[in-house]
Amino acid sequence: MTSLLPTRRDGGVPPLRSPAPRAGLLEVFQRRYLLRLLVRREINARYSGSFLGLIWSYINPLSQFCIYYFILGKLLDRGTPNFAVHVFAGMIVVHFFNETFNAGTRSMVRNKNVIRKMALPREMFPVASMLVSLYHVAPQLLILLVVCLAYGWNPDPMGLLAIVMAITLAMLLGTGLALLFSVANVFFRDFASVVGILTNFVRFGVPMIYPYSIVEERFGETLSQYYLYNPLASAVLLVQRATWYGTLTVEERAGELPSYLFERGAIMIAIAAVFLVFAQWVFRHFEDRIPERLT
Amino acid sequence: MSITDSTSIVAENITKSFTTRYQRTAKQVAVAKMKGRKVSDRFDALHDVSFQIEQGESIGLMGLNGSGKSTLLKIINGVMAPDSGSLRTRGRIFGLIATSAGFHPQLSGRENIILNAAILGMTEAETRRKFDEIVDFADIGNRLDTPVGHYSSGQSARLGFSVAVHADCDIFLADEVLAVGDRPFKRKCLKKMEEIRDSGRTLFYVSHAAGSVRRMCNRVLVLQDGHLAFDGDVDEGIKFLHYDDESDEANEPDADEDDADEELGADI
Ligand SMILES: Nc1ncnc2c1ncn2[C@@H]1O[C@H](COP(=O)(O)OP(=O)(O)OP(=O)(O)O)[C@@H](O)[C@H]1O
Ligand SMILES: [Mg+2]
Repeated sequence: MTSLLPTRRDGGVPPLRSPAPRAGLLEVFQRRYLLRLLVRREINARYSGSFLGLIWSYINPLSQFCIYYFILGKLLDRGTPNFAVHVFAGMIVVHFFNETFNAGTRSMVRNKNVIRKMALPREMFPVASMLVSLYHVAPQLLILLVVCLAYGWNPDPMGLLAIVMAITLAMLLGTGLALLFSVANVFFRDFASVVGILTNFVRFGVPMIYPYSIVEERFGETLSQYYLYNPLASAVLLVQRATWYGTLTVEERAGELPSYLFERGAIMIAIAAVFLVFAQWVFRHFEDRIPERLT
Repeated sequence: MSITDSTSIVAENITKSFTTRYQRTAKQVAVAKMKGRKVSDRFDALHDVSFQIEQGESIGLMGLNGSGKSTLLKIINGVMAPDSGSLRTRGRIFGLIATSAGFHPQLSGRENIILNAAILGMTEAETRRKFDEIVDFADIGNRLDTPVGHYSSGQSARLGFSVAVHADCDIFLADEVLAVGDRPFKRKCLKKMEEIRDSGRTLFYVSHAAGSVRRMCNRVLVLQDGHLAFDGDVDEGIKFLHYDDESDEANEPDADEDDADEELGADI
C-alpha cells in the first residue's frame, strides 16, 4: 500500500495542503528554473524571426545616442556640457522603468492561457517582464560607459554604488507598480492605456532632457525639494552622478546635482521596498479572481 | 471518513461563486442602471461541496453542461480558490481542463512541453529525460516546432495528454480530454489511463460517456447545478444521471461492432 503513496524526493509523504500557490514573490524566486524559462522565452520572442537578433539591443541604444548627440548636443545646444551623455544616462533609467511598468501591466493578460489552467504563482509574469527589461539595461550601460570614457571620464567607486542604487530603485518601483496595474488590467483593460499615459509623464518628470540645474534655477531651493520627491528623479540623478558628472570639469560641476543625493536615494529605496510589499499584499487580495476574469 | 496518510483530496464545504456581467463598457452600464436593469449577477457555480478521496481511487465526475465540473477541477488544480470552505490535496497535480492544458499559443509545442513541465515543478534534468517519451506518445509529427496556437484541437489535446501522463503527478485530472481525439488516440489514451489508475495515482475523469466511466472509474461523483448530488458506486451514479439507457442509443452508429473494447472506445 505504501508504495502507492505519493513520495517526495526525500522519501517522505508530502503534506495535505491547499494546491494554490501562496508564497507570492518568495515562491517566484524559489522557482528560478521556471522564471528563467519565462524570461528566456520573452527575450527569444522579442527577437524571433530577426536576422541580427540580440545585436539589436546594442544597435537601438547606439542609434539613440547618435540622435541625442546631433540633435540635442549640436542643434539644440543650451549650454549644458556633454548634454548627449546627460540625456542618454537618464534614458537608461527611464526606459528600464517604463518597460517594466508597461510590459508588466500587460503580462497577465498576455499569458492568460497559461494562467487560466495552470497553478503557478502569478507574480511570476510581472517579475519576468522586469527581468527582461533589466536584461536590456546591460548593453545600454556598456555603451554609456564606453561613451563616457571617450569623453574623458574618470570613474569612482561611489559612481558604481550610484548605478546599483538607481537600478535597484527603478526595479523595486517598477515591479510594485507592475504588480498593482497587472491585476487592475485584468479587471479593466483600460489600465494598460493609463500606464501608457503615465510612462509619458515619467519621461518629462525627470531631469533627462533638461538638466537639474534648470529646475533649481526656476523653482528655487525649497520648491525643487518637491520635484525631488519623485523617486525616479533620484534614480536618474544617481546614474548621471555615476557617469555624466564624471565627464565634467570641476567648474562645470557646480550646481548640477542636488545635495544629499545618496542619502535621498537610500531613503527612496527603503520606501520603494515598502511599496513593493504593499503591492504584493494588494495583489494577493485580488489574485483569486484573476483566472475567472481572464476571458 | 478519517484523514490518513493515504488521503489524496479533501474538500470541505467548498463554495465558489461567479459574477456574470451583462454589460462591459461604462456607457452600457450607465444605460442599464438608468433603465433599472441588473448590471451583474452572482451565482454559485459550486455550492457546499464536500468529499474525500483516497490515493489511487479513480473518480468519474459527471453532470450536465454547466453543472460545475470544470470549475471543481480548477479548484482541485489550484488555479482557482474556493470562496468558502477548504480544499487540500497531497502531491503533484496535473490537470487537463476543457480538453487541454495551459498552453501558450505563441510558443511551439516543444517549448510548451518544457514550460508545462517546469510549472509542474519538474527540474531541467527530469524534463530532458522524459522529453522524447512525451513527444513519441503525442505523435504529432513535424508540428512539434510550430506554434501551439495553430494546432488542431485534437493535436493540442494529444500534446497535453502526453505531458500529463508522463509527468510524475500523484493526481491526474482529465476533463473531456478524449472528446476531440481520433479513434486510435482514444484507445491509446484509455489504455494509458488504465495504467495510470493501476499505478496508484488518483484519477479524476470528467466525461459524458457512461461507457468509458464504467471502464475507468470505481466511484462516481455527480454534480447538479453546483451541488454534489451523488457520490458512490459507478453504475448507480450513471443510473442517477439517467445516462444508462441513453448510452446505448447514442452508440448506435457503432453498434455493429462486436468488440466490447471498440464499443467503449467509441462511446467517449
Ligand atoms: N469565469 C467565469 N465567469 C462566470 N461564470 C463562469 C465562469 N466559468 C464558468 N462559469 C459558469 O459556471 C458554471 C459551471 O461551469 P463549468 O465550466 O464548471 O461547467 P461544466 O460542468 O464543466 O460544463 P461542461 O459539461 O459544459 O464542460 C456555468 O454556468 C458557467 O457558465
Ligand atoms: Mg467543462
